[in-house]
Amino acid sequence: MTSPLQQKIKIAGPSVVTANRLGDGAVVYRTARHQWTTDIADAAVVSNATAATELLTPAKADGINAVDVYVAPVKLEDDRILPGNLREQIRMRGPTIELPYSYGA
Amino acid sequence: MPLVKGSRIAADTFTRVEDDAPIPEQGAVLVPAARFLADAAELMQRAAPVGVIWPNNMDVSELVPYLDKLALVALVFPIFRDGRAYSQARLLRERYAYRGEMRATGQILRDQFVFYLRAGFDAFDVVKNADAAAFEETAKRYSVFFQPTGDGRLTVARSRLKLHGHRDPAAKRVTV
Amino acid sequence: MYLYDEFDRTLLTERVSEFRGQVARRLSGELTEDEFKSLRLMNGVYLQLHAYMLRIAIPYGTLSAVQMRRLAHVARKYDRGYGHFTTRQNIQFNWIKLAQLPDAMADLADAGLHGMQTSGNCVRNITTDQWAGVAPDEIEDPRVWAELIRQHVTLHPEFSFLPRKFKIAVGASDHDRAALRIHDLALRMHKNGAGEAGFEVMVGGGLGRTPFIAKTIKQFLPVRDVLTYIEAVLRLYNQYGRRDNIYKARIKILVHDKGGEQFGKEVDAEWQNIKDGSLALDKDVIADIATRFQYPDYEKLLDNPPELKAAQADARFATWHANSVSRHKQSGYAIVTLSLKPIGKPTGDCTADQMDKIADIADRYSYSEIRVGHEQNLVLPQVAQRDLPEVFKALDAIGVATPNVNQISDIIACPGLDYCSLANARAIPVAQEISKRFAEPNLAKSLNRLHVNISGCINACGHHHVGHIGILGVEKNGEEFYQISIGGKADENAQLGTLLGPAVPYDDVVDAVEDLAEAYLALRERPDELFIDTFKRVGVEPFKERVYATR
Ligand code: SF4
Repeated sequence: MTSPLQQKIKIAGPSVVTANRLGDGAVVYRTARHQWTTDIADAAVVSNATAATELLTPAKADGINAVDVYVAPVKLEDDRILPGNLREQIRMRGPTIELPYSYGA
Repeated sequence: MPLVKGSRIAADTFTRVEDDAPIPEQGAVLVPAARFLADAAELMQRAAPVGVIWPNNMDVSELVPYLDKLALVALVFPIFRDGRAYSQARLLRERYAYRGEMRATGQILRDQFVFYLRAGFDAFDVVKNADAAAFEETAKRYSVFFQPTGDGRLTVARSRLKLHGHRDPAAKRVTV
Repeated sequence: MYLYDEFDRTLLTERVSEFRGQVARRLSGELTEDEFKSLRLMNGVYLQLHAYMLRIAIPYGTLSAVQMRRLAHVARKYDRGYGHFTTRQNIQFNWIKLAQLPDAMADLADAGLHGMQTSGNCVRNITTDQWAGVAPDEIEDPRVWAELIRQHVTLHPEFSFLPRKFKIAVGASDHDRAALRIHDLALRMHKNGAGEAGFEVMVGGGLGRTPFIAKTIKQFLPVRDVLTYIEAVLRLYNQYGRRDNIYKARIKILVHDKGGEQFGKEVDAEWQNIKDGSLALDKDVIADIATRFQYPDYEKLLDNPPELKAAQADARFATWHANSVSRHKQSGYAIVTLSLKPIGKPTGDCTADQMDKIADIADRYSYSEIRVGHEQNLVLPQVAQRDLPEVFKALDAIGVATPNVNQISDIIACPGLDYCSLANARAIPVAQEISKRFAEPNLAKSLNRLHVNISGCINACGHHHVGHIGILGVEKNGEEFYQISIGGKADENAQLGTLLGPAVPYDDVVDAVEDLAEAYLALRERPDELFIDTFKRVGVEPFKERVYATR
């Protein structure tokens, strides 16, 4: 197996590093100060492979706060960071269907 | 990498001999399978104990001619999720009646100790010191066992029959 | 019901305390995610898109009212007030927190419930006919055998790290309600020439990327040999199943590569070594397990009592009765299916309040027994026919009496991209839209029995390969597309569906299903010819033409 650190990252456009928080599975994003946040607005946006690797490598090494760390696409609209695909949209906003009970997060 | 034997951390008395290195005259040696098979006749003449490292994709029945002379069979878990050596262990103990040391090697972690013991292992190359230290406590974690294996523990089915006043279906020989 | 004894309870307590320690070691960083992942999976804990998901085993789909209330409690206390019943007769909670999992598991263990072996590369929850023990056409209760197997494979020291997961199903009726032939190993009870009961053994079935219908490797296995034979199959699989490629690791690939006959021979050879050993089943052991299944003291009742006749005057009741009530082995009793497919709502979901009410209704009318079927519906298996009018009212009041069982809106759907981290596309909204399109009861009824199965990815948890209409979500350039197949079925004549043509975009799926329904109405020879039989007669072409004529 190649170490995840050696994998070549390919990114097509603006991207963020995202993961699930260990304690409750909540979706988190990596900030420019190498911390985790649940608010995508605070995420560090990278747009080339080198910058992505620099953000990703320490994020992956943090095995205690977050798991399943990967690079995800985003869209930038009027300075706002939006999820780049349906999967990321659902991760951020929750299921697209009405939940049987909505207790809120 | 601490070795656990008889529930305790113990010194490893076996020297691992690489494929092309000379076999020392004295002392217990542990040799890779291919080397062992090639030099078996010679190795079996040795006065000091001989052990073999048996990979998980080789048939353990090949070891049958040597089992009463072998002092150690080391089976391999390249990662803890690769469970082939559990079958090899049970076959060696239960079908081929191997009585020497059977060592679990590779990625040996605390959370599988009970499985190793039940499959017939009695020595463990444990990866982490903390796991090795917790061996005794971890081994006692379960008291309920459903499968009859060579470790001889009473199964639930037999306990229940006794409890419910049936005749005990006797200590039938475990055949695996 | 199977009554747990001290041994079962002790095991669950020991398991919870072990898991508590493992979670603590993970949270402290002593265990890496790689080490922890298999441990949590073997306790039914997944990490999904938004949170952890906990899958609880419901062995052979049988639940007591007490257990149902406990599920409601867990849904309320640790989750968001609902659960999702799956095609594996399990229930999943979608919003559990890791740190709270040990407590949730302890609460479940009090009621004999657990998540052991609902995931991971081990032998999974044993499934069977949801009508086991009450079906008029069964030889004997298959749950006794499912339970013997369940105990034997629980924490099996040799088979907890197989190449891949291993699913076993058991059936004992002519009509297969347990989808036997899509399992890694399935046992079908039948009688030999001498009138003795034994099992046909099938191996290597499964859906996913490379779907296969299981092959029979033994026509008649005496009941005493059930465990030894399964042990032999598992031992071969553990040693020779592929571990180099996750997509080729299921036993179906091993069986396919060797050929069913050769595989059967190898199993036999291994089996000869252990056949008469300590795993051969004593009569006493079988009897001991059988006595722990309790059956109600049925009253002597006649079929079609006056209460039932009178209620038939009410059209809503009559429709529900014709659709959701089935014949029981005992005269005067009935099997009632509870539809968890209300029109336009997520399939298989059940709120905590509904669970509590269903438990109450089961206590009052079904000897406290509830079943879960692989179609993601619930069953009250022991209802006196005279009580049916009251039962209908009670079920209707909580929204589980939609008379759509086995109809086009009784859809099997996996969680898909709304929850599942492996998904390519959503499944639930597609199911909701289809059920809305066919909401008109007479339209749905005119289509007869028609199974629509939807999966959000090739893993096929929604059994799309064996749906009369199967829908598979795929991703194309970041958009959701759906491949449609027709003609699959999961019963005793199981077969895989035939792909209709190119995948259609999300917005076109419901129209395509409507086209299929219209094509069927036009093509069928008689009003009672089923969709699946019309397909068998005319093949895929006329359906294909209809769907792609305008696309
Ligand atoms: S079929 Fe795919 S998307 Fe659906 S539940 Fe299974 S893994 Fe998830």
